[in-house]
Amino acid sequence: MRLLLGSLFALAVAAVVGLGATYLALTRGAAFGALSIGSWTAWPKTGTVDADPYAQALIARTGQLPIALGDGVSFTAQADDHGKLLDGRCDVVLLGVTPAARFWTLSLYNVDGELVANSVNRYGFTSQEIVRHADGSFEIVVAPRANPGNWLPTGGVERYALVLRFYDTAVGVSTKAGREVPMPSVDTRSCP
Amino acid sequence: MIRWLLLFFGGALLGGIVHLATVIIMPRTATQDAYSRLARIAPVNTVTALPAPTPESASMPFMDPAFASAVCRYDLSQGPLKLTVPVSLAYTSVSFYTRYDIAYYAINDRAAGRRVIELDLMTAEQHSQMPEDEEITAADRLIVESPTLTGLIAIRALAPEPGLLPMAQNAIATAQCKRQDEPRPSR
Repeated sequence: MRLLLGSLFALAVAAVVGLGATYLALTRGAAFGALSIGSWTAWPKTGTVDADPYAQALIARTGQLPIALGDGVSFTAQADDHGKLLDGRCDVVLLGVTPAARFWTLSLYNVDGELVANSVNRYGFTSQEIVRHADGSFEIVVAPRANPGNWLPTGGVERYALVLRFYDTAVGVSTKAGREVPMPSVDTRSCP
Repeated sequence: MIRWLLLFFGGALLGGIVHLATVIIMPRTATQDAYSRLARIAPVNTVTALPAPTPESASMPFMDPAFASAVCRYDLSQGPLKLTVPVSLAYTSVSFYTRYDIAYYAINDRAAGRRVIELDLMTAEQHSQMPEDEEITAADRLIVESPTLTGLIAIRALAPEPGLLPMAQNAIATAQCKRQDEPRPSR
């Protein structure tokens, strides 16, 4: 009886620990080789054959096709520079410059990776659409209500993620966070 | 007490194995991964244009809305494939994925350096069986080796402004992926 109870206990612990760790790893988006610059994080290795088992499991679970490293690299931000989660009811300002790339695009998704409906049917920007300052830097306002300049509507969703993708760029596996890869700052300005 | 503690650690150790096993098995058992989603709408060895993602529907999560995209779900068991993709005005890329959605190769319009991206896709075995003389005439053609028999080719063209999306869609609409063994034109 003690043996049975003991092994049942051990198996229960195994199930909780094992499946719990898998669930956490796949919902938190854990993979090795993350490149974090400010609030932006990329996993350049996920777009190669060297993608680790965690990255592979994550790709299978979300159902996306990762951007291949020879094509580009994708940075995601879910919180601003102070660690506050991005909130679609607030005004969030992106300010700065980007690393060198032939093109880049900025897109806004909800937590499930779907585009967010809004009144002007604008789901993102490309590097060619952006109005810039004289020094080449730009300012993008991500807000629920219309703003002058580069306005990316949030549709008022509670949580969202910004994805900044660079195409035909030197940013990749060997990139270290530093001066060569300047990323725009993410700052929550005003919240209702 | 010691006994329960030992059982707990034993269980935790076993849990570690369960964790690694589930992570490794995950891609093999997933039914909602990109390949399975596209298998429902994309016939084999044909280029299928994907509708532009909207908030209501998208072929896959996290699709870039600035791109016109098409996929070719390939199966090399009958022989190598030939892929031709005309280049659009802004940026065109072709990415290759295995059956488990792992990217193994990508090329863009500038790397291809021509008006049309032309590629031969085959397995390593088919590549080694290619006759030598053909290898020479094919020297100017790009050969890509697929690590798996089946997989996906994603063809994407950028629309720098939303108004240019139809133009990007038109550019890749004439892309082709088809079996190679159809009679070659004589030179």
